[in-house]
Amino acid sequence: MKKLLIATLVLGLLGGTALSVQASPEQDLKEFRAYFKNRFPGTPFNDYVNGVYSIDKASREQWEQIEEFPPYELNIEKGETLYTTPFANGKSYADCFDKGGIGIAHRYPFFDNESGQVITLEGSINACRAVNGEKPLKWQKGAIADISAYMNDTSRGQITNVVVPTNDPAAMAAYQQGKDHFYAKRGQLNMACADCHIYYSGNKIRADLLSPALGHTTGFPVYRSKWGGLGTLHRRYGGCNKQVRAKPYKPQSDEYKTLEYFHTYMSNGLVNNGPSARK
Amino acid sequence: MRHTAKKLFKSTFSLAAVVGALLLTSFPASAADGASSVVEKGKAVSFDRKKGNCLACHGMGDGTLPGNIGPPLTAMKARFPDRAKLRAQIWDATTLNPNSIMIPFGRNRVLSEEEIDQIVEYVYTL
Ligand code: HEC
Ligand code: HEC
Repeated sequence: MKKLLIATLVLGLLGGTALSVQASPEQDLKEFRAYFKNRFPGTPFNDYVNGVYSIDKASREQWEQIEEFPPYELNIEKGETLYTTPFANGKSYADCFDKGGIGIAHRYPFFDNESGQVITLEGSINACRAVNGEKPLKWQKGAIADISAYMNDTSRGQITNVVVPTNDPAAMAAYQQGKDHFYAKRGQLNMACADCHIYYSGNKIRADLLSPALGHTTGFPVYRSKWGGLGTLHRRYGGCNKQVRAKPYKPQSDEYKTLEYFHTYMSNGLVNNGPSARK
Repeated sequence: MRHTAKKLFKSTFSLAAVVGALLLTSFPASAADGASSVVEKGKAVSFDRKKGNCLACHGMGDGTLPGNIGPPLTAMKARFPDRAKLRAQIWDATTLNPNSIMIPFGRNRVLSEEEIDQIVEYVYTL
């Protein structure tokens, strides 16, 4: 199946102007935005960064009050301390990143054509530890989420601009894998991310309003009252997979990294506003 | 296939008969005797979040805080004069609508055949 997809992609590329079967990421993005514009005419594009609150008037006010004294404030501080504390070898995170790691979190994820991998912020944090001889951090919460919160906070207001190089078949395959995950029915309950966050976004599942997928990624890591703490995007992926009784993938697995690649691309043009608070 | 269908049909009929009998003999059904009626069982399975959890998506009966992903389940007898069609919708909604968000309860064995029969009985009272 994957091979076939790659083959069609390659054919499409070889065909040059001849339209490939696969829609281009750019085309996908156009349709995605148009869909939500039509579904929620009262929500301005820039407001989608607020997740479900962009369409949930009833709980918006309460949420805005929470954001006045954000529960993740402490996490940002902890993250900064962790970030600036030197490793055993005397170096620190700042040595691993461009611009000392300040104001760069919004550049993630990106496709690295050398390794043929999607590179995520959390992945880079642990990679930095590895080259400095430190043990990796656990992926979904705790220190890694705090550091991510700090780094994202320094990128607040920067525009999401994930690039999918259409002339790189490996990057296109990664994008396609993420897209397939998003639209595929899964789990014993047989539901796709798209079912809940595209087709029925704005509807209620029991008492919960379903958030639009547009803007989904910009606010991570998020502080959830349900978690009683901060969690990464991959933690949320695992939770949403479990809800439909699908076996979650490992955080930072190829499956979730490519999902993040597609999912974040779909929020291009929106500002980075992580960390943020959610129910 | 046809055989199972017939069997199913039969079992729903006999269930209906049992329900009828229960309703006649012990109305209102008392919980004191331990065995609640099939309709009550169906209601319990429908509302149970770990079982049918139909309320996640449908307004139904006196269930509180229902979702609104699917249509409210009312006047079911009028809308589903054919009981087998109602059962089929619950057993696997994707037969009618391949992209349905509704859980294929029977096909994916989320519920047992007996539980689905019970739900059908309950839903038919709505
Ligand atoms: C059964 C319905 C359902 C499915 C299927 C589902 N989700 Fe969710 N998702 C929810 C609910 C409910 C929430 C919490 C309310 C909200 O923000 O939408 C949520 C929240 C999220 C959030 C957090 C948004 C925020 O602003 O904090 C993300 C991200 C997300 N889902 C992604 C996914 C992805 C990716 C998939 C598929 C792997 C998926 N979901 C599948 C129901 C679902
Ligand atoms: C995750 C959402 C969801 C759940 C859970 C769900 N349904 Fe549905 N249901 C739907 C949707 C959506 C439809 C509309 C038709 C379609 O898309 O398949 C529907 C349609 C129906 C219909 C047909 C109604 C009509 O008027 O045509 C019946 C009957 C029904 N559901 C019964 C149930 C029962 C009984 C349960 C629980 C055992 C249940 N559903 C659980 C989403 C759901």
